[in-house]
Amino acid sequence: MWISFAIIFFVQTVTQALLHYFSYKYRGEKGKKALFYADNEKLEMIWTIIPVITLAGLILYGLYTWTDIMTVEENDEALVVELYAQQFNWKARYAGDDGVLGDANVRFLQDFDGKNLVGIDATDPNGFDDVVVQELHLPVGREVIFKMRSQDVLHSAYMPHFRAQMNCVPGMITEFAFTPNKTTEEMRQDPDVVAKVKSINKIRFEKSKELVASGDVALDPYEFDFLLLCNKICGASHYNMQMKIIVESSEEYAKWMAEQQTFAEVIQ
Amino acid sequence: MSTAAAHIEEDHGHHHKETFITKYVFSQDHKMISKQYLITGLFMGIIGIAMSLLFRLQLAWPEQPFGVFEVLLGKWAPDGVMDPNVYLALVTIHGTIMVFFVLTAGLSGTFSNLLIPLQIGARDMASGLLNMISFWLFFLSSVIMVTSLFVEAGPAAAGWTIYPPLSALPQAQPGSGTGMTLWLVSMAIFIASSLLGSLNYIVTVINLRTKGMSMTRLPLTIWAFFVTAIIGVVSFPVLLSAALLLIMDRSFGTSFFLSDIFIQGEVLHYQGGSPVLYEHLFWFLGHPEVYIVLLPALGITSEIIATHARKPIFGYRAMVASILAIAFLSTIVWGHHMFISGMNPFLGSVFTFTTLLIAIPSAVKAFNYITTLWKGNLQLNPAMLFSIGLVSTFITGGLTGIILGDSTLDINVHDTYFVVAHFHLVMGISALYGLFAGVYHWFPKMFGRMMNKNLGYLHFWVTAVCAYGVFFPMHFIGMAGLPRRYYTNTAFPYFDDLADINVLITVFALVAGAAQLVFLYNFIHSMFYGKETVQNPWRSNTLEWTAPIEHFHGNWEGEIPHVHRWAYDYSKPGHEEDFVPQHISLKKGEEELQH
Repeated sequence: MWISFAIIFFVQTVTQALLHYFSYKYRGEKGKKALFYADNEKLEMIWTIIPVITLAGLILYGLYTWTDIMTVEENDEALVVELYAQQFNWKARYAGDDGVLGDANVRFLQDFDGKNLVGIDATDPNGFDDVVVQELHLPVGREVIFKMRSQDVLHSAYMPHFRAQMNCVPGMITEFAFTPNKTTEEMRQDPDVVAKVKSINKIRFEKSKELVASGDVALDPYEFDFLLLCNKICGASHYNMQMKIIVESSEEYAKWMAEQQTFAEVIQ
Repeated sequence: MSTAAAHIEEDHGHHHKETFITKYVFSQDHKMISKQYLITGLFMGIIGIAMSLLFRLQLAWPEQPFGVFEVLLGKWAPDGVMDPNVYLALVTIHGTIMVFFVLTAGLSGTFSNLLIPLQIGARDMASGLLNMISFWLFFLSSVIMVTSLFVEAGPAAAGWTIYPPLSALPQAQPGSGTGMTLWLVSMAIFIASSLLGSLNYIVTVINLRTKGMSMTRLPLTIWAFFVTAIIGVVSFPVLLSAALLLIMDRSFGTSFFLSDIFIQGEVLHYQGGSPVLYEHLFWFLGHPEVYIVLLPALGITSEIIATHARKPIFGYRAMVASILAIAFLSTIVWGHHMFISGMNPFLGSVFTFTTLLIAIPSAVKAFNYITTLWKGNLQLNPAMLFSIGLVSTFITGGLTGIILGDSTLDINVHDTYFVVAHFHLVMGISALYGLFAGVYHWFPKMFGRMMNKNLGYLHFWVTAVCAYGVFFPMHFIGMAGLPRRYYTNTAFPYFDDLADINVLITVFALVAGAAQLVFLYNFIHSMFYGKETVQNPWRSNTLEWTAPIEHFHGNWEGEIPHVHRWAYDYSKPGHEEDFVPQHISLKKGEEELQH
């Protein structure tokens, strides 16, 4: 990205400078005559070939990276997690010990008195050990393969800190994979994050003063957390469809997972 | 000569008795139709800009009640606080109106109609009747779109892109009921209007050029309008098909775009469809559409910069080749709007490749504009300033397209304010500048009077500063991860430190909105009280300035001028004047520039 930005910043500076400079320098005055200069094939060649080469370079580099990111190979080490989008919240479903998500479809949602939160097919044994949660925990350093589903309309799973985004399409399972390499704690110590949190809390503090003065309750101070937000227009509360993501050590993750209920336990 | 042209030739002595209705309302004269398009487009633009100011107020001060909301939005703003659904409706209709009604019909409709016959040397469009019908269909579609604002459950609110299932299911969003139906009806009629217009433009350019007006002597405006019309004919029908399939899913129980949906407590019956199909069909038009918006503006810019620089446009052949290359490439890049739609990533690779290719002809055009200015004798009037401004915003916006067109980089900025910044600069502002430049430049041709120059300068400078003020900061908040189409950013403390930037953007937007009132005042006032124009106020080479100031059917008394040279003999050595109109014969020994 920085290469792209460097190139476009350079082109922007040069072209805008020339554009504005020429507009100023050649502004008309009485007695002046313009130069009758209608074309120059060599010049056209130069400023066609140079962009071609530059863009070809950017394309090749970009495509290599794209293929790398988007090629999701099923493997035993990866954690498989379903992100389930609906108007207006998120749920996550872990594949459990067997590493396989049970079949699911919206037509199973009404089974089990509304306890089947993501519509797991109870006849598929793979689903019994699935774990459905509303707060996503991820062990650091382990690849996670997200399988996305939507219950109703298009949503998009946007996780800006991981540079990850993929639409959730009703009737289709989409996927995206990455390996988180920093825990939430580590991020909270990162100097850039510390600075951002500080400036946000300063704003919240000022805002709280106003709120308290008018009889409202103060705002909670902000602590950094990884985020999952919806990024495809999905209706009235599109602006508030979020889920917290916590990246932690494998021990902490295992401990948290042990406390969750499997699907089999939920539908008992 | 074709029979159509021969027939119209015979008409020139024939002055039909005109009533008010046949002259001003159901006119078949291209000059009157162009003014009708312009005025309707400007009216819709006022509504579109007003909407943007409303939602900008909401974004800058999200918890603040506003009296103006209560007044304008009524039940949609209880106690002066905007309802989230109507926020989405405002951004939807804003986008729809600006892209289609203002920048497609208002730009192409106005200038293609005004200039094609006059610049190619024809008495009128190939079919005055179809031309009239195409305007009135446009007017009808505008009326229906505005009517949709007053529907009980609200207008369409699924974004101007109206992706299903959100746009298909009233249970998902109230605006997806009658509001959406009216939107679809309006757009279907709009598409019909656009197709009829395009057919007329294409046939007229091919068949009705005057003697000597070969394709390589055509002004770049005509090349632009002609190629734009071809793109339109190829791509608008696909949007119509998407709209028809959506209508069928909504009203006739089909499942083209819908499958496996549970909403409002029930499983819907739809099976087997895919929203991604809709996205493909929509963007197959959607991408060429932005070039349908932009190419006329670029053509207008070529014309205006050459005329007011008193210099030939640099690289005429390259400019024509770029227009053709852009047109062709625009039909094979649509997937760059869908990199993270869930489509096969291999498609993403293909579209990245084609998208970055389209940067090349665009770059060539920009370089040619800049070189035209070099060593020119620049008359910096409002039309010229807006044209130069267009080149500036086109470059800025176009360069960020290189980030967005790269699928890998797009993952992080798709559907954020980075995209909003990009398309507003490269399309919204650039094409709008093209519209303004065209109006300032051809106002004397349309109305026989000049617009006020000083008001024009005021309009330009305030708009230019504010346009960058509104959209440049959006690059930063987009990179910071702020999604678009969010009613408020206060649901995420993470975005609290972007609030000040939002306020800054809104302030610039309000000032920019106010500056447009200067333009409107200038436009209306000058129509009646502007200084009367002379025959060729800009000392321009193109044929429209040889037609008399007073409008009448048939454009020229007597024979249509014949053409002997291209349109860009400005400051040609060997001539006393710094311009040589196209109809002037070559002097003894003079050579024509070969193209």
